[in-house]
Amino acid sequence: MYPPSLVVTFTKKSSVKMAKLTSLFVISLSFFCISEAVFEDQVGKFDWRQQYVGKTLFAHFESNTQSSKKMFVATDKNIFASFNSRTGDLLWRHVDKTGPEGSIDILLLHGQDALMVVGDGRLLRSWDTNIGGLNWEAVLDTGSFQAACFVAIQDTVKLVAVLKKAALSLHYLSNGHQKWVENLPDSDAVQYQAVYSGGEEEVYVLGVVPNSHLTIIAYSLEDGEIIKQRSVEASWLSSVESSCVVVGQGVLMCVDPATLALYTLPIQAEETPEFSQILLQSLDLEVSPGFQPVLVSSQPHPARSPLSEFFLQLGPDHHVLLQLNADGYTIAPLRDFQPAFLVSFATTGKKTVAAVMTPKNETACAINLFSVDSGRRLLDTTVLFPLELNGGKPHALYVHAFLKKDDSVGYRVLVQTQDHALTFIQQPGRVVWTREEALADVVTMEMVDLPLTGTQAELEGEFGKKAAIQDGLFPMVLKRLSSQVTLLQAWLAHLWKLFYEARKPRGQVKNEVTIETLSRDEFNLQKMMVMVTASGKLFGIDSKSGSILWKHYLENVQPNAAFKLIVQRTTAHFPHPPQCTLLIKDKDTGLATLHVFNPIFGRKSHIALPALPRPILQSLLLPVIDQDYAKVLLLVDDQYKVTAFPSTKNVLQQLQEMASSIFFYLIRSDQGNLSGFRLRKDLSTERIWEVVLPTEVQKIVAVKGKRPNEHVHSQGRVMGDRSVLYKYLNPNLLAVVTESTDTHPERAFVGVFLVDGVTGRIIHEAVQRKARGPVHFVHSENWVVYEYWNTKSRRNEFSVLELFEGTELYNSTVFSSLDRPHLPQVLQQTYIFPSPITTMEATLTEKGITSRHLLVGLPSGAILSLPKMFLDPRRPEVVTEHSREENLIPYAPEMPIRTEWFINYNQTVARVKGIYTAPSGLESTCLVVAYGLDIYQTRVYPSKQFDVLKDDYDYVLISSVLFALFFATMISKRLAQVKLLNRAWR
Amino acid sequence: MASVPRSFLLLSIIPTILILCADFACCNTGRKTGDGLDTDFSGFSVPLEHSFQVDDVSRFRMRGALQLRGGRETSVSLSQSQLSEEDRNTLKEVAAVDGLYKIRVPRVSLTDRQTERQMDGYLTAFVRACSLVESHLSDVITLHTDVSGYLIGVSIVTIPGACRGTEVEDEVDLEAFNTTLTIIAPTNAPQPETALFIERMDIEHEKRGKPQEQKSFFAKYWYLILGGAIFLMASSSAQPSAGGAEEQQS
Repeated sequence: MYPPSLVVTFTKKSSVKMAKLTSLFVISLSFFCISEAVFEDQVGKFDWRQQYVGKTLFAHFESNTQSSKKMFVATDKNIFASFNSRTGDLLWRHVDKTGPEGSIDILLLHGQDALMVVGDGRLLRSWDTNIGGLNWEAVLDTGSFQAACFVAIQDTVKLVAVLKKAALSLHYLSNGHQKWVENLPDSDAVQYQAVYSGGEEEVYVLGVVPNSHLTIIAYSLEDGEIIKQRSVEASWLSSVESSCVVVGQGVLMCVDPATLALYTLPIQAEETPEFSQILLQSLDLEVSPGFQPVLVSSQPHPARSPLSEFFLQLGPDHHVLLQLNADGYTIAPLRDFQPAFLVSFATTGKKTVAAVMTPKNETACAINLFSVDSGRRLLDTTVLFPLELNGGKPHALYVHAFLKKDDSVGYRVLVQTQDHALTFIQQPGRVVWTREEALADVVTMEMVDLPLTGTQAELEGEFGKKAAIQDGLFPMVLKRLSSQVTLLQAWLAHLWKLFYEARKPRGQVKNEVTIETLSRDEFNLQKMMVMVTASGKLFGIDSKSGSILWKHYLENVQPNAAFKLIVQRTTAHFPHPPQCTLLIKDKDTGLATLHVFNPIFGRKSHIALPALPRPILQSLLLPVIDQDYAKVLLLVDDQYKVTAFPSTKNVLQQLQEMASSIFFYLIRSDQGNLSGFRLRKDLSTERIWEVVLPTEVQKIVAVKGKRPNEHVHSQGRVMGDRSVLYKYLNPNLLAVVTESTDTHPERAFVGVFLVDGVTGRIIHEAVQRKARGPVHFVHSENWVVYEYWNTKSRRNEFSVLELFEGTELYNSTVFSSLDRPHLPQVLQQTYIFPSPITTMEATLTEKGITSRHLLVGLPSGAILSLPKMFLDPRRPEVVTEHSREENLIPYAPEMPIRTEWFINYNQTVARVKGIYTAPSGLESTCLVVAYGLDIYQTRVYPSKQFDVLKDDYDYVLISSVLFALFFATMISKRLAQVKLLNRAWR
Repeated sequence: MASVPRSFLLLSIIPTILILCADFACCNTGRKTGDGLDTDFSGFSVPLEHSFQVDDVSRFRMRGALQLRGGRETSVSLSQSQLSEEDRNTLKEVAAVDGLYKIRVPRVSLTDRQTERQMDGYLTAFVRACSLVESHLSDVITLHTDVSGYLIGVSIVTIPGACRGTEVEDEVDLEAFNTTLTIIAPTNAPQPETALFIERMDIEHEKRGKPQEQKSFFAKYWYLILGGAIFLMASSSAQPSAGGAEEQQS
């Protein structure tokens, strides 16, 4: 109704005049342009975004008052972020470079400043924690990062010390300027691993020559002069970092798992010190067999020395709180905690407490506070942490302690579990919020239709064949009537709800989605998003609201595992539940396991899984279904033997019958080998074709087939002269993309091969000269679109290949790869694209009538909806009558990027990794999910909403016109009758 | 090899079709040695083998010899023998059980003769035996090479390709292959056509732009300016009198 404007993405509905003017402008400017945009009042109506940060490495709380709301985390995704601790929402987030260049080595917090060392000691950064702004950034000297700590001068923290492999440097906290930098003596032999400052005039560096001796160097804070240098005999010591801490008044405490003893050493002693040994046995302590004991200490304030109390972990669930006596070499045990998963120190004001997490029962863990001085339990400090049935175990504990008004210690606790989830708990055990940070690394996903409602299902069940056979005629009629009554009831209830909600203001209507109320909507726009994350946690997310409806953590998943998610049975086969299978493959061994679950409820199915003793090379989903309507999954192992799942008799019989028409391909990119196989009746296979791309010349980087659920509505294209150009629609076609091994800009190339997956026939072979990857491509319908880097012109380019059979179809009734002797005509055109891209996908609709768009994820976080019309190799260079008739856009070498094509307006998706598209029940509408660090869900309408009435459709006007016309006809009819009668009388 | 037909007397060479594939851009991509060898490069021959068995186990036998000629202009020709009585029967049997007819060629390089023998392995392709029989042994074999002249794939199709189940009665139809042989090198994908586009833009610009640029602002709108000036002058000369009249009245 109101056309969108050219530049601004938001268009106020009220500014009709303006919009009309701009629309004229748009139409006159670009005749063929299809413009679409989001109206301001549509923001957030059909779309949502969730922002994540990744697995937490460091977490700190702002200050130790009860009212503070901020907490800071640094994660393995190179992100530094701040959360609102009341809601768990992101306050701000800084996304650094991926990879080791942006990795966060350490995060230190002091007052308003957050200090961070980035990129293995490359940069030192200071952030203002209030607003998340960068205070300063200092480039550090080369050398790998070892340790960092705050240094106080006369009770105020003014400096930060950074220890590198061969140098120690001090920087001012206020501006990042370097106070001094000193090379460490003999750094080739000595591994310097720790730096310590206890508020004195010196800063100590600890280094070790493994299994020989320990080196202690004291530097003067003032000018970096070495005050003293000690070497202590320590043949048992291999690493300071892993086995030593500083406790009390500068006493180094080390644990040796070999001799089962603690060693103490005063660092600041004047004369040459020596380690004094305390056997654990003398303290009545025993280390669990095979466990490396760990020491945990706490330094509440950098200007003061650490606490003399410390934890010693003796086993996976055994901790002891120990105290170093004032003499510096005797130890008193304060309290034994067994079982205890996690321990943590927390300080508020002058009080330091220890938080200990102990298992309570199967569904919860208890966290208690203990006084550090005495080891006594503080009263009323128990907090329960609920353990989820299919969640990860607690992994880390971050305690925010504060003083209450009555001077007692209160606390909140952040628990990190193995599945990367963060849970924030308040006394007395209320879960304030949970963040599922595993979603920062989604690997693959599927969208599954929601099930029908109870009444709909009942209707379906009524017409099920089983029911019809069992019942007679009369019960069937009764059943019919009763189901009609329930339908009527449901409809009335629906009407009542509509009426009830209409009276409330719009904002207050909130449909809480729970797993029980899930049902398919009229147009199948709401679906279940099944997301698989790299950590091995599965999620079921409602696509409408973005709320997580179920989660399931798979333990024992290797960090480098590859996942493939397969929908074996959709929701369409009531009463059989839908079924998804996740194939988890260990990349090193190639061994695979299956996880079969119900995608709606997330529950694991209790189906007998096939034994997979051999590495799996390939999996393929056949259109064959078993008697329970589950599609058959074939798994090919490294001996080319095939395992079917499910493998019932029925399935095996069907497979035997169909064996000669089941073909599959295998690709070994390391050998450049593509080979095809045919299934035999005994489920063994035979190799029937082989194509080898020599690895000396080029390597296969990606292979893509077509999506099996893709529909193509039109078989051909009508040309200007009214003849039809038929598309080459080969469902078995594979697009193989290669890159040259020669990376010289002049000789580098990108190869595109179109290979038939059944016969191994190379349908087309093209080489893009002077080109380099990364190549992103989409293969759909009869076209392939790929994007590459042009090394000569130094720009990104898009190329489109389209395949046509010509003006006549070879065999119009059925397509068979075995019977298509003629090669298709291939048309290709290339365009300049003014931006690099990170991922690409094509829209998908129910019947394939709607025109296609390409969804392009840009590094900026925008998602561009590029009409396929612009990527058409038939775009003419010279406009003719025919091309105008066909609506072809004249060729222009540069592809435009229009801001109104950004489907996610200002909701950028950081580090887009993949885009998933799914058809909805409406032909015009395609559901889109973009995932990366963030998750963004929206709908796109590539040909606008041609099958939907507008929101502002004037029902009143239309119906009043209808009624008026109706009455007008009635009245005029009556009048005409009267007139006729009168005339008759005359 | 032991089962090579005894009917070697009938050996005949079937003329083949040559398709020349020029590969210009390739010449400077590290093939300078190959170019130098062009003078004494007389081509070489590799075996083309086929296999058709009722039990679908691959047992490849000689079908013919491919004469390959690399270099600037790649060409290929094929000399092959006729099928023996025994082979014909086997082929018919295989066709009856919907078996496969497979062919293979060794992996070779057309340009670099040193590495020719070092590469192991074969390139394989297949066609349904029934379609080969029904097409009376008329097949199309295509060899694909990559940018540097390595053979990367082979394909075989028959024309017509369908299996309709028609019986081939005449034995003579299954004696000699009627082979069309082609060799295909990769095509160069197009670059963005900036030069042509700019040229076209220039032409359009010239067409439209020239008459406008030559005329200056005054030259174009002199009549309007003149008309305006006259109008202004006329109105200014008329106004003082009107104003004067008003003054007199007050």
